[in-house]
Amino acid sequence: MKLDRRKFLNMLLGIGGIGGIVSIIYPIVSFLNPPKSAEPKVNSLKAGLNSDFPENTSKILKFGRKPVILIKTGKDQYKALSASCTHLDCIVQYKQDTKQIWCACHNGLYDLNGRNVSGPPPKPLEEYDVKLIKEEIVVTKLG
Amino acid sequence: MKKISNKLINWIDERYDLTPVRNLLQHKKVPMHRHSVWYYMGGVTLFLFMVQLFTGILLLLYYRPGEDSAFESVRFIVTEVKFGWLIRNVHSWSANLLVFFAFIHMFSVFFSKAYEKPRELTWVTGFIILVFTLAFGFSGYLLPWNELAFFATKVGTDIVGVLPLVGEPLKVLLRGGEDVTGATLSRFFGIHVAILPAIFSFFLALHLIFIQRQGMHEPEKFKNLPEEKKKYIPFFPDFALKDLLLWVVVFNILIFLALYFPWELGNKADAFAPAPKGIRPEWYFMFMFQSLKFLPPHLWFIEGELFGVIAFGLIGLVWMLIPYIKIKNRQNWKYQPLTILGVVAVVFIFIMTILGYIL
Ligand code: HEM
Ligand code: FES
Repeated sequence: MKLDRRKFLNMLLGIGGIGGIVSIIYPIVSFLNPPKSAEPKVNSLKAGLNSDFPENTSKILKFGRKPVILIKTGKDQYKALSASCTHLDCIVQYKQDTKQIWCACHNGLYDLNGRNVSGPPPKPLEEYDVKLIKEEIVVTKLG
Repeated sequence: MKKISNKLINWIDERYDLTPVRNLLQHKKVPMHRHSVWYYMGGVTLFLFMVQLFTGILLLLYYRPGEDSAFESVRFIVTEVKFGWLIRNVHSWSANLLVFFAFIHMFSVFFSKAYEKPRELTWVTGFIILVFTLAFGFSGYLLPWNELAFFATKVGTDIVGVLPLVGEPLKVLLRGGEDVTGATLSRFFGIHVAILPAIFSFFLALHLIFIQRQGMHEPEKFKNLPEEKKKYIPFFPDFALKDLLLWVVVFNILIFLALYFPWELGNKADAFAPAPKGIRPEWYFMFMFQSLKFLPPHLWFIEGELFGVIAFGLIGLVWMLIPYIKIKNRQNWKYQPLTILGVVAVVFIFIMTILGYIL
């Protein structure tokens, strides 16, 4: 009988102890996990005037928090692609001489449609839509 | 003078009983043999860690974390603060030497089999210290917020994301968000100057206590010598003074490097600029990085990178548990399997590191 009481009390203590530890750990782990930042939902972006943009050049746009590479491939012709390399997240650049998109981190290459053609990138770059509204370049997220 | 210090010691002794300290100073001895040099490697590592603590605290007085202030504050330290450049260079060089000597220390312990019973836990705590040393290096690398570090951190933390299930949450936890931003910098700063020093000091204390309790490991050959052939020197003052001499030598090398090979600051990180050429991790991560590069995109059914990360994780775990791995030692074996494993590890690290720089 006596032993049983001890067992019971020990169990109670154990449960209380575990509860106590959980109630300490849980807030700490939650604290460490960063809150989802209220990212301004960007769906389209004005990227300047068509006439100001030389052919066969590129620039990186701030699409919300994501980098997007905008390339002028010909007269009034544009391509916009996600600039985050699908390999390990470096930012890609446009190679004027070969007309390809290149990632300097591990020598990844994409073609102008964003298809991964050589090196480690496992997936193509996400494509964005580009329209000319009057003379203004407008980049829009697809889908 | 002597009188005063004697009085002081007596005063403490009466109250706190200094017998353990006296025992250590009077009785600890260090075996002398062909491989005695390796006994100094742990001490050098310890010395460099103290240099890190000291210079790190100094840098803390001027460093300001943050996307708009980190780079600027480091530039301020190296251009405006008197001897700021020296303190920064010493901290950077000492970090690299520290990792270097920790590796030398670890492999010397490995090849002399000092990890065997009863020193298993000395090995395990040592390994944990090494992992934290690498974490110090990784988190510190980002703090100046320059291009090179920014992209290296992007790559380094993105690799974590390849792990199934836990990968993404772990990546967000490390980065303090989806991307490498000012939030990542704050996080790495906290890790580098508060979390790691606290945990590191704990395991370092254990490591040192274990060593003091057990004394120096004696290699097989030495142990089998007849008693009168075994040579020892007292730990105090002989060995301690030799230690000190070596520390002075290392200190001079450190200052030489800091004076003549200043650490570059580079360009400020820009989250919206293409990665420049020559993005690479610090040299002590190079062998892992290079091995990952050699893996094909897919191995059977899993991604090459995932395979690499899991493989390195498992190898690390086995390495940590080396003292518990028992392999029967056959008489007719010329070399022991574990020794061969160690040689393979050293050669692998060496070759991969070199390839990382020339390819
Ligand atoms: C910051 C890192 C480290 C510091 C400051 C440090 C410090 C020391 C010191 C002062 C000694 C005594 C002198 C010596 O034997 O060299 C020692 C011994 C030892 N260390 Fe470390 N150590 C570090 C990392 C490591 C690592 C990475 C390992 C292995 C995984 C390790 C395993 C050992 C072992 C097994 C001994 C006992 C060897 C003996 O008794 O001769 N240590 N350490
Ligand atoms: S991050 Fe672009 S190729 Fe590796």
